[in-house]
Amino acid sequence: MDPKDRDNTRDADDKGRVFGSNESSSKQRLFTRRKVLIGLAALPGAAPWVRSMADSLADVPPRGPGDLLGKYSERSKYVQISRIPEAGPGMRNVDPVNAINSKAPLDKLVGIITPSDLHYERSHAGVPEIDPAKHRLLIHGMVKKPLVLTVYDLMALPSVSLIHFVECTGNGWENWKKADENLTVQNTHGLVSCTEWTGVPLRLLVDMVGVDRQSLWMLAEGGDGAGVDRSIPLTDEILNDALVAYGQNGEPIRPAHGFPIRLIMPGFEGNLNIKWLRRLKFGDRPWMTRWETDRYTQLRPDGLATQFQLRMDTNSVITSPSGMMEVRPGYKRITGLAWSGHGKIAKVEVSTDEGRTWKVAQLNQPVLYKAQTRFQMDWMWDGKPTKIVSRSTDEKGNIQPDRKSFIARVGTNALFHYNAQQTWSIDSNGKVHNALS
Amino acid sequence: MARFTTLCRNTAALAALFACTLAVAAPPNYGVGHPATPEDIKLWNIDVRPDGAGLPEGKGTVDRGKTVYNTNCLGCHGLNGQGGIKDRLVGGQGSLATDKPVKTIGSFWPYATTLFDYIHRAMPYTSPGSLSIDDTYAVEAYLLNLNGILPDGATLYKASLLRIKMPNRDGFVPEPEFVHVTNSR
Ligand code: HEC
Repeated sequence: MDPKDRDNTRDADDKGRVFGSNESSSKQRLFTRRKVLIGLAALPGAAPWVRSMADSLADVPPRGPGDLLGKYSERSKYVQISRIPEAGPGMRNVDPVNAINSKAPLDKLVGIITPSDLHYERSHAGVPEIDPAKHRLLIHGMVKKPLVLTVYDLMALPSVSLIHFVECTGNGWENWKKADENLTVQNTHGLVSCTEWTGVPLRLLVDMVGVDRQSLWMLAEGGDGAGVDRSIPLTDEILNDALVAYGQNGEPIRPAHGFPIRLIMPGFEGNLNIKWLRRLKFGDRPWMTRWETDRYTQLRPDGLATQFQLRMDTNSVITSPSGMMEVRPGYKRITGLAWSGHGKIAKVEVSTDEGRTWKVAQLNQPVLYKAQTRFQMDWMWDGKPTKIVSRSTDEKGNIQPDRKSFIARVGTNALFHYNAQQTWSIDSNGKVHNALS
Repeated sequence: MARFTTLCRNTAALAALFACTLAVAAPPNYGVGHPATPEDIKLWNIDVRPDGAGLPEGKGTVDRGKTVYNTNCLGCHGLNGQGGIKDRLVGGQGSLATDKPVKTIGSFWPYATTLFDYIHRAMPYTSPGSLSIDDTYAVEAYLLNLNGILPDGATLYKASLLRIKMPNRDGFVPEPEFVHVTNSR
């Protein structure tokens, strides 16, 4: 992580956390803080946080004409928000040449939608620059009418727009064996994002080419240098949910996320959501590609590996307060994200006493099928060291496991599919750290 | 949009999705795309399955593979497939059940066909697809030799590749949900 980013995160509290230090924003933040402190003045521990606050409304800069209207609306120059390119677990602050993924700033995002340029990324041979006019989708194999489609052909077909999370199978992989206490939630959980995807239902294409009823697997292949390819089981659920998408949050998919088209496989491993999609081949058995044998399989303690564990399990994480933030005694809104590849989130519970007691958090609307769900809860921190943790339950009754029973079940070598509860410890200074439990 | 989604999802049955989009059982003729010709399909049909489907004819020796490797792969994967700046390709046998598992072709990959497919589609990293079919067989032969799977002087070709049983062939346990795939089509 860029030290600059970290300083910025360290200064974190409430909404002020995404703002860089500059006169007007820090004044606004102090102003907010003072309002909070008025109510908390009697609390022990509040005092160290009081800074000189001689500000008044007179200090707010005067209004006046602003910049010209432009073709794009840029982020405010006061907003500092970005992804972090990283290598494998524990390999942070790497030269971009060695980065294999880039993580979304979950600590700085609000709501459930990930802005397209902040969507996490995992690519196996960089981001290809594809001319959509020259891109083709070949559909063949066990089909009546093998077809070649252009992107414009796809855009002419009936479409749907659906809000779904996509999560890298490696999300959470920092915490398998140990917890580096200096990690942010961006480091621990930044390989998940949520988007409104627009595209053609897979089932429509299946019917259009006349896929043989004996075909129960489909190979999806990307047009990147690695030609990433995965075998996809044609269950009713997948036939109902999957899309060949060309739209991301209302605009063409960004190159890093598969421009001009990608497969969307709601609730399943990010790697199955093949980017730069160029081929769908129908067959009667899996192909055993590199990405479903050597990678994206989970080593068990006995040395065997689970294969085709394609579904992303129920998960959640508190995004504020979270790693490297600082909190003050008194009111604190706890908020975070929950998601499940099994369906909708039914419930999120939060413990502020190291998992001894749990309270049901509020789920903010909308709560959607296989989408991120925002939760929040009121909390009064008494200033004593503690640990906070969340656990989600989905509509199928799957409960996010605590770390101890999760590790007892799968061991620490699986590398992928980590969905244990995330614990944040808070010390007496209000400093928040990554902890195993 | 959200309500539209919920409508489709709540009804769950596949018919419901179509009620939302097409409202008919047989799709209309959309008139998009053009038929894929056998020549076109041949250009992109590169996948290789464990049963040999897709594996092209060709052959290569361990010796030739060493030359191919040292010219095209060594820079990233190191001398003899180890110690390079990118993935280690040799060793690790016996490590999978330890606290520091080393996953390589020799210790982890279950199929020799997957290795052919992967090298052919993705390597060398900077110019995937640049190796001839014979050189792909050769470099695979060399990597299998380094891992003790093929003897010195061996030649790899379609039939001999299909006979190889990788050391970790029985090391995978498929998720029960996808062992017998069915649908209501
Ligand atoms: C410029 C660097 C580079 C060169 C040259 C290169 N590779 Fe690779 N290779 C990589 C990278 C990076 C990966 C990992 C890609 C990933 O994880 O998606 C990789 C992965 C592999 C793997 C999979 C390893 C595993 O266990 O997952 C094999 C096999 C492989 N390369 C073989 C070759 C062969 C054979 C050549 C030469 C013909 C070659 N590579 C040349 C960079 C390179």
